Amino acid sequence: MSREVYARLVEEFPGSSLEYLEGKEPAISVKANDLFGVARHLKEKEGYDYLSAVTGVDYPDRFEVVYHLYSMKERKGPLTLKVSASKEEPEIPSVTPIWSGANFQEREVYDLMGIRFAGHPKLTRILLWEGYEGHPLRKGFPIEGYKSMGQEEPS
Amino acid sequence: MERIETRLRTETITVNMGPQHPSTHGVFRMIVTLDGETIVDLEPVMGYLHRCHEKIGERNTYLQNIPYTDRLDYICSMSNNMAYVMAVEKLAGIEVPERAEYIRIIVVELTRIVNHAVAIGALLNDLGCFFTPMLYGLEERERILDLFEMASGSRMMCNYMRFGGVRHDLPPGFMADLKEIVAALPPFIDEFERLLTENEIVLARCQSVGILPPEKAIAYSCTGPLLRASGVNYDIRKVDSYSIYDHFDFDVPLGRNGDVYDRYLVRIGEMRQSVRILEQAMEEIPEGEVSVKLPRVFKPPEGEVYHRIESPKGELGFYLVSDGSTNPYRYKIRSPTFINLTVLPELCKGNKVADLVAILGSIDIVLGEVDR
Repeated sequence: MSREVYARLVEEFPGSSLEYLEGKEPAISVKANDLFGVARHLKEKEGYDYLSAVTGVDYPDRFEVVYHLYSMKERKGPLTLKVSASKEEPEIPSVTPIWSGANFQEREVYDLMGIRFAGHPKLTRILLWEGYEGHPLRKGFPIEGYKSMGQEEPS
Repeated sequence: MERIETRLRTETITVNMGPQHPSTHGVFRMIVTLDGETIVDLEPVMGYLHRCHEKIGERNTYLQNIPYTDRLDYICSMSNNMAYVMAVEKLAGIEVPERAEYIRIIVVELTRIVNHAVAIGALLNDLGCFFTPMLYGLEERERILDLFEMASGSRMMCNYMRFGGVRHDLPPGFMADLKEIVAALPPFIDEFERLLTENEIVLARCQSVGILPPEKAIAYSCTGPLLRASGVNYDIRKVDSYSIYDHFDFDVPLGRNGDVYDRYLVRIGEMRQSVRILEQAMEEIPEGEVSVKLPRVFKPPEGEVYHRIESPKGELGFYLVSDGSTNPYRYKIRSPTFINLTVLPELCKGNKVADLVAILGSIDIVLGEVDR
């Protein structure tokens, strides 16, 4: 099913960098520049009205944000959408204007993984406190934290 | 002539509710902006129970993560177990024996009844009826927890499921006790309803409060009873028919108005449907194996998988990335209540501050899962 959606997406967005990823659960990969347009198209034209999960993954060479989309009206899905972000300055567009349910999830990815979402209404830490150093879900983050216990008291 | 109102300067005030407010179901804070008694804006603040569960999950082996999932939503440890082991089974391609599937359905549906009984009790606590309805719910919960103890050795942190089945077969005497408890459930739900459904105070406090229109519920990724109370027919047990849910005959209770009262009614309805599933499962459960043999060092193949189930609170999903080693490379939990909270400010705006705790209670949050 993702393959048909992919074929229609390629027709709709010629010249963009869409890619079909085979695997146990096929996915569609899209460049950060095209994400917003593709996401809006998926919601408005393909009927994917429900954004289930937003996940950040830290791979050795890149960050990846994974979106799991479903359609509640047509009861289809999942459609997996993947976006890569650079290691140095990870930033991708926010999809909160399209699916309001992305709001807290994007804040969580920013908080724990350090990926910025451009256009997010309020991109602040959500689980950790403001002023915390580092992003714990990154692979390079030491398990005991950058500061020892006691130094890290929230202000 | 200058009217007197124009000379009165009014201001909004900001009230901090929590983190130690008795009605917040744990350590959860809301920064509420009030105009008189009307809520103008609300900002949820969470993370007080954050322990970076997902980072711990990457350090652990796949098997070691099962007891950790118990501690997410500590009222529904069985359904957390089920979501996680099913995700790993999907990743590694493990087949589950039929008897084990039936056992899983039985314990998970019992968990749903426990959760909804506690959730309704907690909602009534929030409405000011302190602990009497809650104790009615807890009494029934105790009986079910005794069953869990028989099966798994633990009442709350069950740690009962394993990849490819469950830890032990049901002990002798379990089915007889289960039959007795399931037979006693419909009278318990009737009693609950007799006390609450037509109760004038419940009606006055719950009807037309915290209304969530269906379009908004979908846009905000709401799931579970919160979504279905708005009239959206979306139950993952029906949509994905994972495990063996397609064997059973049950309905999906829906609400019409999407207010606090409908969420209460949907939960009552779901308890009745769970009893129906339990009755069928008890009837049909086959004999046989309850687990499959796996290698001592368990290494699922490379790949990634997303699996979701209808937990009592909503869609509980696990996204696992495997690099072929003994530990997950990425272990992500899509927790239902964390995402259901996204809509809380929208639900509360325009309502009175006195209704805020009722609205929060009707979402049914557990902070162990919100904060992870």
